Amino acid sequence: MNKIILSLSLVIFALSMFAQDVPAVQLKDLNGKTVNTKSIINNNGKPVLISFFATWCKPCIKELNAFNENYDDWKEETGVRIIAISTDNSRSSNSVGPFVKSKGWEFDVYLDENGDFKRAMNVGEVPHTFLLDGKGKIVWQHKTYLDGDENKTFDVIKKVSKGQPIK
Amino acid sequence: MKKIFTLFLNLAGLGIFSLLAQENTENNSGQITGNFQTDAQYYIEDQSIGATAVKEYMLVNSWANFIYSNQNFSAGFRYEGYMNTLLGYPNSGGINDGIGIPFRWAMFSKDDLEITVGNFYEQFGNGLVLRSYEEKMLGVDNALDGFRIKYQLFKGINLTGLIAKQRYYWNHGPGIIRGFDGTIQINEVFQSLEESSLRLNIGGSFVSKFQHEGHPLYNLPDNVAAMSGRIMIRYKNFDINSEYAYKFNDPSLDNSYIFKPGQALLINTSYAKKGLGIVLSTKWVDNMAFRSDRNASLTDLNINQLPEITKNHIYVLPAFYPYATQPNGEWGAKAEIMYKIPKNTLLGGKYGTNVSLNYSRAHDIKKTQINDSTPVFPPASGTYGYNTKFFSIGDKLYFQDINFEISKKWSKKILSNFSYVYLIYNYDVLRGITGHGNVYAHIGIVDMTYKFENSSALKTEIQHMFTKQDEGSWVLGMIEYSLPGWFFTVFDNWNYGNPESKKHYYSIGFGHISGGTRIQLSYGKQRAGVMCIGGVCRNVPASNGVFVSISSTF
Repeated sequence: MNKIILSLSLVIFALSMFAQDVPAVQLKDLNGKTVNTKSIINNNGKPVLISFFATWCKPCIKELNAFNENYDDWKEETGVRIIAISTDNSRSSNSVGPFVKSKGWEFDVYLDENGDFKRAMNVGEVPHTFLLDGKGKIVWQHKTYLDGDENKTFDVIKKVSKGQPIK
Repeated sequence: MKKIFTLFLNLAGLGIFSLLAQENTENNSGQITGNFQTDAQYYIEDQSIGATAVKEYMLVNSWANFIYSNQNFSAGFRYEGYMNTLLGYPNSGGINDGIGIPFRWAMFSKDDLEITVGNFYEQFGNGLVLRSYEEKMLGVDNALDGFRIKYQLFKGINLTGLIAKQRYYWNHGPGIIRGFDGTIQINEVFQSLEESSLRLNIGGSFVSKFQHEGHPLYNLPDNVAAMSGRIMIRYKNFDINSEYAYKFNDPSLDNSYIFKPGQALLINTSYAKKGLGIVLSTKWVDNMAFRSDRNASLTDLNINQLPEITKNHIYVLPAFYPYATQPNGEWGAKAEIMYKIPKNTLLGGKYGTNVSLNYSRAHDIKKTQINDSTPVFPPASGTYGYNTKFFSIGDKLYFQDINFEISKKWSKKILSNFSYVYLIYNYDVLRGITGHGNVYAHIGIVDMTYKFENSSALKTEIQHMFTKQDEGSWVLGMIEYSLPGWFFTVFDNWNYGNPESKKHYYSIGFGHISGGTRIQLSYGKQRAGVMCIGGVCRNVPASNGVFVSISSTF
């Protein structure tokens, strides 16, 4: 058993040293148009924040509200682009558009109705946030949302936008 | 087996290091990603709430996904272990206990073509005729295992074809599923319409299952087909999304082996502009259970999923009485208004105030006798069963939910959420028993958060449910303190209205989060009830004990 644990940690340690690419998966935008993840993460060399959420997830909504309140300042300072991925299934996916509009969220929202992107990104539960650097590589991620976490998120975005190491 | 697995892991580790060495040069050696989760519970017997201990003392559900991808190629597997399965997950007779690799796949995509072999998940339209998915917290995994081809025939025209068997715990169900789906996005097909404010998508699906079973009494159909058509029309802020499905006769355990065909209709309409969202939905379902084994039950081997349109409550008390689609016949409707009272107004305050009102209702459908000697209920096996008119609405109420929610941010430091929910829950129909009657429950919730300067926060929740039925009234108090990377919670759920004995369900816990890793430990009692995610429910037994959950994405 110890050997297995040792080996597993070796694999995970080795994996963690990679800056990963975003997998190519089909999503839908709020107009019902099919889009590929590769085409939505382009931000002209600036960082991109991808946040997985669901309309029934309270911490997700708190997190995205916090992002939205700061979005203008964050964009101005770092050029970051925020993308929210709804994991709502067909019970609530038809309500995502009206929900997002009513909240007044300024960032783009895409639907991942059957969890294809969620699985490809190895997301278990929402919220789960990923930060991509200007080259589209995943350089940071964060699970769950606790009140105030947006401060840390912004610190990381600032560092990545300046090309500084995160830690 | 263990040696081989260790060897495999070592090779994988070495392989990755050797890839790392090449990373500075042009890296076409691909990447490996994955995640891991383990949920463990130590069970303590507690007769006061009906919680039992287990022979193993502790039960553990674990799984890990690994995905290798390199340009157009990707492959992966999921290693799962249930030693043994946590109480409350589907595990009749220990069928889910064990370890293995029930999910493995490879995918190749190039230009407009994508081919998957092995396991995959798929959804056609809204899922009325086909939805294969996974919900770990419910123990649902009806993954398909076979071949799938997706092809973009022309810009805006997408085709999917598949043939597969379905996962049934560590084996496959007996049926073979053949499916085809096509979608046309008109605005993509015709370039001149690309910027049009009128958008139109149409689609259609055909699914057929094959299951041969020599039955002593009935001439059961070996092949059962289901088909659906759907349309989405959007004009400026208006949106209509509708799907109709039809299933040929499919005698099964779900419908008591009647030979009547099934139908379902789902209509969602909405209006949305900045600060306002309105949703109106309705659905009608008759005899639409569809499984790859006609004798299966519970959450096993579902080919389709009929979505609920009621609100998915997340606060603990309103989630006590969740609705679940009744595939043998139901009508439902929903109206929802979401509005943000603008900033700098009397009610909106400095940040604006979000209000939402949601109403939903579900009834049975009208069923009439096929002849004088055949009752409608229980349906008579081997007959047509009953007659029904399309979109007929019966008198029996299954469920009603009226809820109102206000979210307000008072200052940079204080956030609040107030909810009121009134539920009518047809206990007999929704839990499949008789003689219990409806539950009428009024629920009020106050949720406050105070944020401190240093990114720490204090969150409190008070919930109260007033009801004279079932276990009577409840009051719940919760306090959570969090600081970056850590949280600590204490809560007590007091069933003070229980006519038999007033019971406390308390819990204390903490968690640590670092990047993609989360560790949670809690001790306490859990009430027996129903847990639902995404329209599927499972019974959760009462428990008392220590719960540990560790998850990581890498």
